[in-house]
Order: sequence, then structure tokens, then C-alpha cells
Amino acid sequence: MNKIIEITQLNKVYYGPEDREREGLGVLSDINMRVDDNEFVSLLGPSGCGKSTLLKLIAGLDNDYEGSISLRGKNPKNTRIPVCYMLQKDCLIPWRTMISNILLPIEIRKGNIKTAKENLKSLIAEFGLAGFENYRPSQLSGGMRQRAALLRTYLMDGEIMLLDEPFGALDEITRMQMQDWLISVWEKHRKTVLFVTHDIDEAIYLSDRVIAMSNIPGTIVGEICIDFKRPRTRDMLLCTQFNEYKRSLMGLLTND
Amino acid sequence: MKKSKSTEKKNKSNDVGLKGLPFLLGGLFIILWQLAVDILKIQPYILPGPVDVMKALYKERILLLSHTIVTLSEALIGFGIAVVLGVVLGILMGYYNIIRRMFYPLFVISQTIPLIVLTPLFAIWFGFGLLPKVLIIILGCFFPITVAFTQSLLKTDEDMDELLSVMGASRWKSFLLVRIPQALPGLFAGLRIAVTYSIMGAVISEWVGAQKGLGIYMTRAMTSFKTAVLFADVLIIVLLSMGLYKLVEIIERKITKNIIY
Ligand SMILES: Nc1ncnc2c1ncn2[C@@H]1O[C@H](COP(=O)(O)OP(=O)(O)OP(=O)(O)O)[C@@H](O)[C@H]1O
Ligand SMILES: [Mg+2]
Repeated sequence: MNKIIEITQLNKVYYGPEDREREGLGVLSDINMRVDDNEFVSLLGPSGCGKSTLLKLIAGLDNDYEGSISLRGKNPKNTRIPVCYMLQKDCLIPWRTMISNILLPIEIRKGNIKTAKENLKSLIAEFGLAGFENYRPSQLSGGMRQRAALLRTYLMDGEIMLLDEPFGALDEITRMQMQDWLISVWEKHRKTVLFVTHDIDEAIYLSDRVIAMSNIPGTIVGEICIDFKRPRTRDMLLCTQFNEYKRSLMGLLTND
Repeated sequence: MKKSKSTEKKNKSNDVGLKGLPFLLGGLFIILWQLAVDILKIQPYILPGPVDVMKALYKERILLLSHTIVTLSEALIGFGIAVVLGVVLGILMGYYNIIRRMFYPLFVISQTIPLIVLTPLFAIWFGFGLLPKVLIIILGCFFPITVAFTQSLLKTDEDMDELLSVMGASRWKSFLLVRIPQALPGLFAGLRIAVTYSIMGAVISEWVGAQKGLGIYMTRAMTSFKTAVLFADVLIIVLLSMGLYKLVEIIERKITKNIIY
């Protein structure tokens, strides 16, 4: 397996507006992790432990940290390395139709919109958005907005998808549907995913590997390989093996 | 989102009931005015009744029209230049912090000088032609446009900016993609305020001296005690301002509709 992300001894401290000289807020401490090609890895941790911060650093949005991050051997501090990044919010532009929101990454890298639109047809159907191309985000349901944002993320030209709690804002039922849908789409395309969540079931159900983080300052307290075979089914959530995984993750998360 | 939609609906149903109300009140006012003038036998040079005003409007229609054209063209030229100026300054100050820090205070100071003081001064410097009038209108109009536009351009959505930068968009590109469209309602709020200033600015600067225009015609009517003509003149000014305001609203609707693609 080829590693695509490698993080070693990463420390991140946020300084408030007035305390440059003072201690600051340690958000991430001694993070070491890797993600391999075609892997689905979840980052699981309590709210506020620095998961979003870690994704931001990997996406190259903030260069103020200690330690090293490498994407395919390159450091995002020095060069822009394209990644597919999805924030906690869907960040759809309200005055654009769904289709032109989705095409935004292609528009920005000055790709051919017309051919992209043609090629997109099957993907739009796969993402359950067919027929809604010309709707504005406010006219879409929460789940559809999230799928549109996911499709837009998929069209960004990176090798890895960084997904920050994509289903965090959805209700329980929609959330389950979205998980089922995401897992089926992912099993088809197998694009590397680093998936942030604070939902243990979700992490186990979707991932090849779950990395557990502690409370702030976030450190990695352990990781578990999920050996369920693919395609995954909901039944797997009911078997004893699932409960074993869940118990050990809960153990890791409540250790401190 | 949902919440705002439902309140919108509520407002709409209220609107239907309320829409007639201003007209009703206005009509009532006009009737009372006419009755008061008739019953109390007020001299027309002190307070003409609505009928007198309409008569004056009709009698002087050709003269009034020629004055209206002059005032309207002054206002439109001045307003047009102010729009271009306001949009350019707004974009510059919204995009470059340094430019904003340097010029914003100056603009504010420029607004503390009363236009009423500048009009005679401009007449001395630039004569009684078009130029001093247009300058006054520009001075009065560009400020609300610039301020409204700049302030709305400054509203940032950090998450959106971050997402766009991960997509590889330059700062200018994301300014074009998100900031400017998002600031358009603010810009139009400024335009609506400014457009009502434009007619007012034209009239005030004509008072000081002009060959033609509703402002100078107004002073002539006043000095010859043709009060009904004065009222007719004011009526035209009000209608012009309202018309321009409506026009800006229509343009706003057209533009915001086109932005949704
Ligand atoms: N720009 C910033 N400046 C200062 N502190 C910040 C900044 N961004 C985040 N923090 C702090 O860093 C900590 C971690 O935030 P982060 O958003 O990474 O948490 P998270 O694990 O994603 O939480 P959640 O699950 O609620 O999204 C929080 O305590 C937050 O207050
Ligand atoms: Mg977060």
C-alpha cells in the first residue's frame, strides 16, 4: 500500500488576539498518522478536540504549526497540493443553481464547463440529484444539499477527500440513508477518504480504519481496523463483532 | 431559511391589505385640503387648493416640461457619474484595506460639509451652467453608494473563502465569485437612497443660479406669488424622485434575476 498522507509529530497551538506572548491554546499535540491509497479512514473524537483543525492543516489552509505533514511526499506548506475538501457547512452559493454550484471547482480551474456538464449526468444520477439541476440550494432538502456539496467535493481535483462531518447537521433517518448511500458510492469509486465524525457507529460502519482522538489538546489515543468485508450492510451493525469494535472505541475515548 | 420564508409570506398577505391604505389616506388628505381652502376662503397665493394646483400644472405644462427636462438631465448625469464612482471606489475599498484606511475618513469628512454651503461656492468657481450642478449631485450621491457597497463587500464568510482557496481560486477570483454578488443588495440600498438625493441636489443647486430648471422656476414662482405654480413644481419634483426610485428598483430586480444562473 502506498501512503498518501503522512503526519509526524504535529503540534498546533492557537493564539488568541491578545496572547501572542502567552501560552495560547494547544489544540493538537503529537499527532502521528498515515492514510493509504484507497483507504476509508475515520477520525473519531469529541467535539472541540481539533478534528476540523487537523483537516484544515492537511488542506494547506494554515501553515502555523510544528511537525510535518506530507501529501504524496510533498509538504502543503510549500506548494498548493490539490485536495478535495468539504467543510462542516455545505458552503453552497445561495444564488447559484445546484448544477453551477457543483461545477464551481471546474469553473475555477478553467476547465471546459460544457463537456464537464455532459460527463456529469451519470454522477448526478448516482448522487440522487437528477432533475434538480436548476434548483437553488434553498429549494433542496438538507440531504440533497449535502450530496450536492459532496459531489462538488468529488469534482475538486485532489487525490484524497477530506470530509468534515458531512452528515453532522442531518436528522437521524436522513443520516442513515446518507451513510448507506455514501458507502455504496464509495465502494464503487474507492477514492481515498479521511472522514471526520463524532459518531461511533458511523465511523465503524463506513471505515476501514478508525482513529480515535482524545479531548483537547487532541492526541491520537489509538486506532482500530474494521475487518468487516465489503460491501457493507446494515446487518453488520447488529453483530457481536460490531459491539466489540464499539466497546474498544468507547474505551479509548473515555480513557482520560 | 424556512423561518424567513414563512415571515415573507405573512408580510405579503399583510401587504395586500395595507397597499390601499396610503392611497386612501392620501385621497382623504387631498379632499380635506380642498374643503379647508374652500370653506375657510384661504387666498390662493397663501395656500392654493388641489384644484388650483392641477390648473396651474395644466396651464404651465409646456414651460414646466422644459424645466423638468433640464433638471432631470442634470440629475441623471450627476447620478450616473456618482454610480460609476461609487461602484469603483466601493470595489477598491472593499478589496484593498490600505485604500479603505486612507480614503474612508476623507469621504466621511467630505460629507460633513453642508451642500448648501458648497452650492454658492461652486457657482462662483464654475459659473451657472451644468458643471456646478452635476458636481453637487455627485457629491451628494456618491457617498451613500460608496458606503453601502463597501460595507457589504466587507462582510466575509471565512469558510467560503477557505473552500474557494482550496479549489485554487485567487483572492480576486473569490471576490468576483462571492463577495460582489453577495454585496449587490447593499449596493442597491445605497443606490435607492442616492437617487432621491439626485433630484434634490439638482433643485438646490439651481436655486443659487441657473437659466432653466425646476429649482430656478420654483424661486421665480415664489417671488411672483404664483403659489399654485410653486406647488405644481414641487409635485413634479416629488413625482420625478419617486419615478427614479422605482426605476432603480426595477433595475435591481432585473440584475439580481440575471445573477441567478
Ligand atoms: N481560528 C481559531 N482561533 C483560535 N482558536 C480556534 C480557531 N479555530 C478553532 N479553535 C479552537 O480549537 C479547538 C478545536 O476546534 P475544532 O474546530 O478543530 O474542533 P472539532 O474537533 O472540529 O470540533 P467539532 O466536532 O465541534 O467540530 C476549539 O477549542 C476551538 O475553540
Ligand atoms: Mg469540527
